[in-house]
Amino acid sequence: MTIDRLVSPASRATEVLGGELTESSLKRYLNGISGVDAVGLEARAADLGSRSIKTTSKAWALDRIISLIDLTTLEGADTPGKVRSLVAKGLNPDAADPTSPRVAAICVYGDMVPAAVEALGASHGLDKGPGGINVAAVATAFPSGRASLAVKLADTADAVAAGADEIDMVIDRGAFLSGRYGQVFDEIVAVKEACRRPDGSFAHLKVILETGELNTYDNVRRASWLSILAGGDFIKTSTGKVAPAATLPVTLLMLEVVRDWHRLTGEKIGVKPAGGIRTSKDAIKYLVAVAETAGEEWLQPHLFRFGASSLLNDVLLQRQKLASGHYSGADYVTID
Amino acid sequence: MSFLEYAPAPESTALLNLQSEYGLFIDGSFRAGSNPTFSTISPATEKHIATIASASSADVDAAVAAARRAYDSTWSRLSGRDRGKYLFRIARLVQERARELAVAESLDNGKPIKESRDVDVTLVAAWFFYYAGWADKLDHAGLGADPRALGVAAQVIPWNFPLLMLAWKIAPALAAGNTVVLKPAETTPLTALLFAEIVQQAGLPDGVVNIITGAGSTGRDLVNHPDVNKVAFTGSTSVGREIARSLARTSKKLTLELGGKGANIVFDDAPIDEAVEGIVRGIFFNQGHVCCAGSRLLVQENIHDEVVDRLKARLSTLRVGDPLDKNTDVGAINSAEQLARIRELSDIGEAEGASRWSPACDLPTDGFWFAPTIFTNVSTASRIARDEIFGPVLSILSFRTPAEAVAKANNTPYGLSAGIWSSNGSRVLAVADKLRAGVVWANTFNQFDPSSPFGGYKESGYGREGGKQGLAAYLAPAGSSQGVSSRGTVERASGAAQIDSGNVESPASPITTEGSSK
Repeated sequence: MTIDRLVSPASRATEVLGGELTESSLKRYLNGISGVDAVGLEARAADLGSRSIKTTSKAWALDRIISLIDLTTLEGADTPGKVRSLVAKGLNPDAADPTSPRVAAICVYGDMVPAAVEALGASHGLDKGPGGINVAAVATAFPSGRASLAVKLADTADAVAAGADEIDMVIDRGAFLSGRYGQVFDEIVAVKEACRRPDGSFAHLKVILETGELNTYDNVRRASWLSILAGGDFIKTSTGKVAPAATLPVTLLMLEVVRDWHRLTGEKIGVKPAGGIRTSKDAIKYLVAVAETAGEEWLQPHLFRFGASSLLNDVLLQRQKLASGHYSGADYVTID
Repeated sequence: MSFLEYAPAPESTALLNLQSEYGLFIDGSFRAGSNPTFSTISPATEKHIATIASASSADVDAAVAAARRAYDSTWSRLSGRDRGKYLFRIARLVQERARELAVAESLDNGKPIKESRDVDVTLVAAWFFYYAGWADKLDHAGLGADPRALGVAAQVIPWNFPLLMLAWKIAPALAAGNTVVLKPAETTPLTALLFAEIVQQAGLPDGVVNIITGAGSTGRDLVNHPDVNKVAFTGSTSVGREIARSLARTSKKLTLELGGKGANIVFDDAPIDEAVEGIVRGIFFNQGHVCCAGSRLLVQENIHDEVVDRLKARLSTLRVGDPLDKNTDVGAINSAEQLARIRELSDIGEAEGASRWSPACDLPTDGFWFAPTIFTNVSTASRIARDEIFGPVLSILSFRTPAEAVAKANNTPYGLSAGIWSSNGSRVLAVADKLRAGVVWANTFNQFDPSSPFGGYKESGYGREGGKQGLAAYLAPAGSSQGVSSRGTVERASGAAQIDSGNVESPASPITTEGSSK
């Protein structure tokens, strides 16, 4: 007989589960969550995807999509120059139209955080005033997460120290799939602690589930609950490095979890689909899913984000079309 | 502004090319009816759409005579392969004119365009394609080699799925080699008349399909006509009972698809979000104007409050309004009469002590509207738990054990449909086995497929539509006294009354799993 292992006493989990938190109490709780019927979930997602968003609603949606984008570059070939160019695009998405809203954040690897912070200058910080943009850093041995906890924590602390406002961490999918929920939980708690700044405030923590590797909707639902219980501010679908990345059914499922968490505790958790959302048409389906599942108040950058890069230009083209009445072309929006 | 108040997205009616007046479609062409005409209106606005002819007894005679002529001279002499070609042609024409048919259906019936577009018209084409494939394979329909057509089929259909019910009736009848006279419902004749145009377009021999419009008396004349060999009726149990009575001493073969009070059973291990969706689909699909609607929700008592809470939250996002708007989830009630009945039964429910709840929604002033409504604290003796309301009204009851769920689900004079929600596969199978309903859905609801037989137990009728079983309703085995060889030897029908075997309680209810399409 093995002795039950204690897990970190994260405050949310302690409140919801009660008593002393152990690996098995966590497991019992997560396994007790109602299952997901895949056919029904996909049918509901398809139904939401068939909404017809026209005229004034479409104009509002396009602007809102831009302001929800985490404009992202996560390449081995990234340079400070590339990041500066991305920041410039985020600050002024449509070169021909200064009324275009700015994106929510610039998302980069940890070592590019200083370049992003510097390029943003006075515009750094979503909460510092209108037009502010956050810097998000992927951390914890992104995208695989295959490193020791010490390395993951150092990775996180380094990005926070460099000025990152948001940390996009990956969960240990191997540990999750082999049933070591306690380990996944403890890691999220530890990374959250590593997000603490010297002044006591925290960088926002987005927890990437990598739903393409979790494979089943039941796993996604459990991993979502686990991430929230451990202290995540956002749950995020994917790294963008694994296919399939974000899908509408997976995002809908995660929205159902944050809605249920809100029903349970009154607390609002964010959702970020990332990877694979390339067109305005697709992005609008996500807005519909958010509004009709979690509620319209989730359509703001503190509660919903798109992890995307090519999406922005498609939205800008649609936006120009709405304004001018005709389609322009790829050369009328800037590459970053 | 609120994003959720989506800007209007109306489907254009510009592609509808309606006549101002429609006659009776008899023997391949339209002709005036002998009775005074009537108007068909849009239930969403009460505006006039078209003037419709009304068939007298003489007109019914003419239609049946045309069908008989076509049967004797051409249709019964065609090979199955050639009949199949016509049916394939009709199916393709339905697909080509799908948008137009969907708009006409929503206009005349009041159902949301997303349903007429994605469910009704899509299934209509699927039904014709499916039975087109059967036309030359009747030897494999399970009735032995060379089964015989019955002759002239009289078909009377309801207003809830006007074109789809037409397809359910006409496709198998023609595939089996019968000719038909069909009467659409008085309030929804429009798409049947557009279908008559499709019949002309497809070049179907004159008289094979005849469509006559009119009120209940026209339907009575039709089913009682002496030269009809087969009667197929979908509609209310009271009319079905009247038809069965009047046909009792004739040789006419009869299938009835009548009312229902379907139980939708939610166990505590159900996938809860999907179950809530299924409850909504079960009763608010097509404004609840569905004979197999899941109008009685049976929830396990330990999750009753949670399910009701979630259901209320979900209902608050339903969009009620203009049927032609692509974002409308719930459309208009089909007629003033039906609205009055729904109101009456709902008021009785309240008077009997059930708690009534509807989401806040602004209903249009013109037209016939009823907000989605749920009743909690419903007792099994309450009329809203017994009577078919045929509207967007859900009665919620609870149960404690699977045995109690089965007993309550079966405790109804009807037996058309039931649903089971559980993540436990063996429980689903065990419960499905005990439910006396023609169709049992597992973790889904209101899914239809041409290959799946559909029909009822007890007061929900007899006979099956759809699938191989649906062919049997329009065929007689070779050598039987009724019917005519599909290879062309003409024998006039005679012989004893025959009732379809579908009314016998067979032990195996077909279970539709979620794999099938809508």
